[in-house]
Amino acid sequence: MIVNKDTIAQLANEGKRLDGRSLTDYRQPIKIETNISWTAEGSTKVQIGNTVVMAGVKLSIEKPYNDTSDEGGIMINAELLPLSSPEYEPGPPQMKAIELARVTDRGIREAKAIDLKKLCIEAGEKAWFVIIDLVTINDEGNLFDAASLAALAALKSAKFPVVNADGSIDYKKKTDKSLPLVKEPLAVTIYKINGHLFVDPTVEEEKSHEARLTVASDEKGTISALQKGGEEPLTIEDISKICDLALEKAKFLRTELNKALK
Amino acid sequence: MAYTKRVDGRKFDELRPMEAKAGIIPNADGSAYFKIGKTTAYAAVYGPRELYPRFLQNPKKGVLRCHYSMMPFSGSGERIRPGSNRRAQEISMVMANALNPVVDLSAFPNAVVDVFVELPQTDAGTRCAAISAAAIALADAGIPMKDMVCSVAVGQVDGAVVADLCYDEEAYDAIVSDIPVAMTHNSKEITLLQMDGEISKDDLIKALELAKVSLEQVYQLQQKTLRERFSSE
Repeated sequence: MIVNKDTIAQLANEGKRLDGRSLTDYRQPIKIETNISWTAEGSTKVQIGNTVVMAGVKLSIEKPYNDTSDEGGIMINAELLPLSSPEYEPGPPQMKAIELARVTDRGIREAKAIDLKKLCIEAGEKAWFVIIDLVTINDEGNLFDAASLAALAALKSAKFPVVNADGSIDYKKKTDKSLPLVKEPLAVTIYKINGHLFVDPTVEEEKSHEARLTVASDEKGTISALQKGGEEPLTIEDISKICDLALEKAKFLRTELNKALK
Repeated sequence: MAYTKRVDGRKFDELRPMEAKAGIIPNADGSAYFKIGKTTAYAAVYGPRELYPRFLQNPKKGVLRCHYSMMPFSGSGERIRPGSNRRAQEISMVMANALNPVVDLSAFPNAVVDVFVELPQTDAGTRCAAISAAAIALADAGIPMKDMVCSVAVGQVDGAVVADLCYDEEAYDAIVSDIPVAMTHNSKEITLLQMDGEISKDDLIKALELAKVSLEQVYQLQQKTLRERFSSE
């Protein structure tokens, strides 16, 4: 792929981008569709511009971990499907997929978004475990924000399956009971390119960045996870500006999410 | 106890509702979405592009590779572990065999055309949906094709020959056979044939005749989908 790094940097000085957006605008459309998979307990397809990500929630009953015997668990996995970009190849997950999964996971886990105690069925014996699988359908940049939005929307739309008298799960029947979601964290990643802050980068812009910072925050603006990426450092002043911008953009995404799920 | 009424109320020769769309993945050279009942397949075609490692290259013509994969949340039971497994690898192989007879890659020596199919939700008939989606995606990518490939499953449930079995029919408590079929549209040649279960030779031939009729409907949808794709541009 040919990256117009110099042009991106020059345009940024004038507050412009290759696709005509301002530095802090999201691409359009932002679409959030739920229940796209009847086999998942919760599922969504999120589109930001031409970037499309799906998330599916599967629930299972497992033995709790020894150190948290009265709690269920959560796990997030991400697959960068070779279907979604000429740059992805079949095989074990690459670093990019691992980071995407872990950063999305921490945003939700560290906010204590799900009341894990309420997932416990029988202390030390049985508890619900929540697995979110994120898959890319078309990667045209900013998988971090799309993945976070998809993960939260999938959690919000998930319904517990019916449990039979013998304790087995009837995955084909769903109850109307939702997950015990007590907070709704969303992650926004801000990119620094030629000294300017960018929201919702395209792939070309991602390849031109000096540094990035992912900020996960809940409805109240409490930050639950951070991840700095990129080769260049950030100053405290940068971080302060990035947090302000990320919190503002999280509010915007939250409004979009609530509109779509209404 | 003969099978007189299908579990979902369909007629014996009736397919589940189908939907399709081409050009749904902008990054890909060609792509398609194909839905039959509650089974959904997304297909993306990348190539012709260079093939590495080089020993896989064919100096006479390009190579068609298929990659079939169910998303981790797409099974009707527990989560499926991501990554390839023996089933997915075998289906990938039979998919390539089903599509190869119609694609002409003689103009692309040493190159590869990759077809990736992902299923977000499944209710039987996944390899057939994958092939029908892949054929649309290949045409969308402008890969030279001599014919179209259409695919659907037929079979026999407790004595009745039926088209497009759903999961509850595959799992019906009686003698059942499931026969995924792919056929070229013009030459009416079979490029995919598998069978699980039990069936008499007479019923097998009856089922294949039913497949031939049913596949006309798949073809009509594939053709309409591609027409819509290129008339809108």
